[in-house]
Amino acid sequence: MSKSVTDVICPFCGTLCDDLEVIVSDDGKKIEDIYNACAIGAEKFMHAQAADRVKKPRMQQPDGTYKEVSYDEAVDYTAKMFHKARKPLMYGWSSTSCEAQSIGHEIAEKAGAIVDNTATVCHGTTLIAVQDVGIPSCTLGEIKNRADRIIFWGCNPCHAHPRHQSRYSIFPRGYFTNKGHKNRKMIVVDPRDSDTAKMADYHFKLEQGRDYELLSALRVALRNEPLPETVAGIPREKIIEVAEVLKSGRFGIIFFGMGVTQTLSKNHNIDNAIMLTKDLNEFTKFSIMAMRGHYNVTGSGQVLGWQFGFPYAVDLSRGFARYNPGETTSNDLLRRDEVDAIFVLGSDPGAHFPISSVRKIAKLPSVCVDPHITPTSEISKLHVPVAFVGVEVGGNCYRMDNVPIEARKVVDPPEGMLTDVEFLDRVNKRLDQLMGGKK
Amino acid sequence: MEGGKEKDAYTKACGIIEMDPSDLKKLGAWRGTNVRVTSKYGEVVVKAVEATQGPHPGLAYIPMGPWANSVVNPNTYSTGMPTFKGTPVEVEIAMNEPVLSSVHLVQKKCRGEA
Repeated sequence: MSKSVTDVICPFCGTLCDDLEVIVSDDGKKIEDIYNACAIGAEKFMHAQAADRVKKPRMQQPDGTYKEVSYDEAVDYTAKMFHKARKPLMYGWSSTSCEAQSIGHEIAEKAGAIVDNTATVCHGTTLIAVQDVGIPSCTLGEIKNRADRIIFWGCNPCHAHPRHQSRYSIFPRGYFTNKGHKNRKMIVVDPRDSDTAKMADYHFKLEQGRDYELLSALRVALRNEPLPETVAGIPREKIIEVAEVLKSGRFGIIFFGMGVTQTLSKNHNIDNAIMLTKDLNEFTKFSIMAMRGHYNVTGSGQVLGWQFGFPYAVDLSRGFARYNPGETTSNDLLRRDEVDAIFVLGSDPGAHFPISSVRKIAKLPSVCVDPHITPTSEISKLHVPVAFVGVEVGGNCYRMDNVPIEARKVVDPPEGMLTDVEFLDRVNKRLDQLMGGKK
Repeated sequence: MEGGKEKDAYTKACGIIEMDPSDLKKLGAWRGTNVRVTSKYGEVVVKAVEATQGPHPGLAYIPMGPWANSVVNPNTYSTGMPTFKGTPVEVEIAMNEPVLSSVHLVQKKCRGEA
């Protein structure tokens, strides 16, 4: 007989769905089926069961191959690396629990490290913009119950946040939106005919990299000021029409993604989008929200925020917290050869950083803590497999709207495998021994 | 992506360049031909496929992954964020060159072999 575990949290994207049902074998060791999850979420649960999963830490040999080592050796290597390094970089933190992040920060304080999370290549520019101009935001529940004007700007939730639209933004019937998607007008801004754009009432197929102009044009249209014939390839009439649609709504929301944060102008795109939101509040109620990618990147920002006051790129090497994007951000540090060791947990810079930064990682003493085999694990000196948070161990996570949700454990991890928290805890204690109580 | 990045499925999903049919025609390439993508910052061999979320003549798309990161502009302009989008590239046919898997690609690039 198998048993069913209900209300499981999905540890994939920032939507953090909390209604999964997982069928588990009687001995609590094997996942047999998953209901309600999107294809990616289901894949994550199933991958935890993969027969070829790495179960022991692996150390890189001089010829580039990997040799299995014990967790004790892995803890020792990691602690010694931190002890020796003058300015180590601790990157990742988005695919793990807040508890693990907190222990990581304790290590960082002792080792004088720089803690940076995946926002640095994701919504980091959003955070800069928020610090510049503030953010009027809300929760996903409010959107479900109230929002009738939905803008997706430079994001493609059909592929990246597959259940976002069905759970919150487009289809659900809420308290004031009882006709579901019929109550809502959907506007998509994307240079490509993305699958999200195909569903839209209005699709602004702007010229690549012209987001700032189009945002400004909408702000101009709201003020009834004159516009040129086309802006960013969009005819004036369309812009005015959409501005009217936005004004006529009762509650609107702008969701934005990598299309604006990674395109040139970066943080300025976002601050203009936030100012557009502010302008729209002259006419109706409007909010704006970042489509956060990893399931707990928001949590990393939160934990860093309450511990050190900054959401990412926190430099503790001088004994106090400093934050200066462009200087203390991972890619800048790597490009300028400013770090002498790298510790990666819950992220894959090997695949997601520009190759020039990846080359630098390969040359440094490096530890990669990740349940999967990834390009990062395969260039790091040490790969430490751990239990999957949200599948094999619980922990606190933050949804994209900053709502904390406790992830649940569904099955046992493979025998002898440590969790992120256990591994970091042991590294922390070993580092204490090495430092002999000195800070 | 969650099924294992060392697997073929990841290469098939991300080791590609989505191009507009008119651009493929201009290049003289069949769908599924391997092509070399070169930018100021690097080069990589990927499979040319017809854009599923098109049309967008003149615009090509490589999904996020080590293949795209071999050619993107790493400059952050003091924001911490590399310029992942809007990199000008040239595409040429490279029929006999293989598309490397993510792990091999990154390992080779790090050793300076590719």
